[in-house]
Amino acid sequence: MPIKVLFFASLRERIGQSQRLLETDTPLTLQEVWQRSSGETHLPDNVLMSVNQTYVDANSLVQPGDEVAFFPPVTGG
Amino acid sequence: MQHVDVREMPFEPWQYLADWQAQQLPENARSGATAVFVGTMRDFNEGDDVTGMYLEHYPGMTERQLATLVAEASQRWSLDAALVVHRVGEILPTQPIVLVAVWSAHRAAAFEACRHLMETLKHTAPFWKRETLSNGTVRWVDRNTLG
Repeated sequence: MPIKVLFFASLRERIGQSQRLLETDTPLTLQEVWQRSSGETHLPDNVLMSVNQTYVDANSLVQPGDEVAFFPPVTGG
Repeated sequence: MQHVDVREMPFEPWQYLADWQAQQLPENARSGATAVFVGTMRDFNEGDDVTGMYLEHYPGMTERQLATLVAEASQRWSLDAALVVHRVGEILPTQPIVLVAVWSAHRAAAFEACRHLMETLKHTAPFWKRETLSNGTVRWVDRNTLG
């Protein structure tokens, strides 16, 4: 099962894609997911992350089949 | 009673509130206090004239996060009911963006819960504003204004 990676708002425009599928049979760290999906080595401090639509921190592990999202600080309301 | 509505179409908050209260809270005799916040799009930001805005969100996670915030606030302040309505898509100045309403037995809980819901929404619900200025510039809003 691939990991589905989503990018939103200004981050999507910077990376140049809204979605990416990562083929993997083993869990990946968020750092590895970021590097393989964005092509950037360093995960910026102000990027927010969710796994299966719940906020997580950068140390979380991602399982095959999970949905991961990276996005900038939120500005609703 | 809790309700979250993320919608693309404009809405009239006072009508929405009246309709929801009439349909969902026919006998809310417990609630001595109702606190309401309406956020409306203004035509300026950071010193520039703003003519329009596009509000992007994360379908699925947005509704889920708002429901979590409402459930947490309802428990913390023993709310009788809570309602959050939020626009997405193209928005014009003077159009309502967000409606937060809470019902509780006493005013302190209602005021505090309404403000808490609004602030946590602004900092954790996955919405992003992209505004268009009067000179045609399009830019992402990268931070919230102070309360």
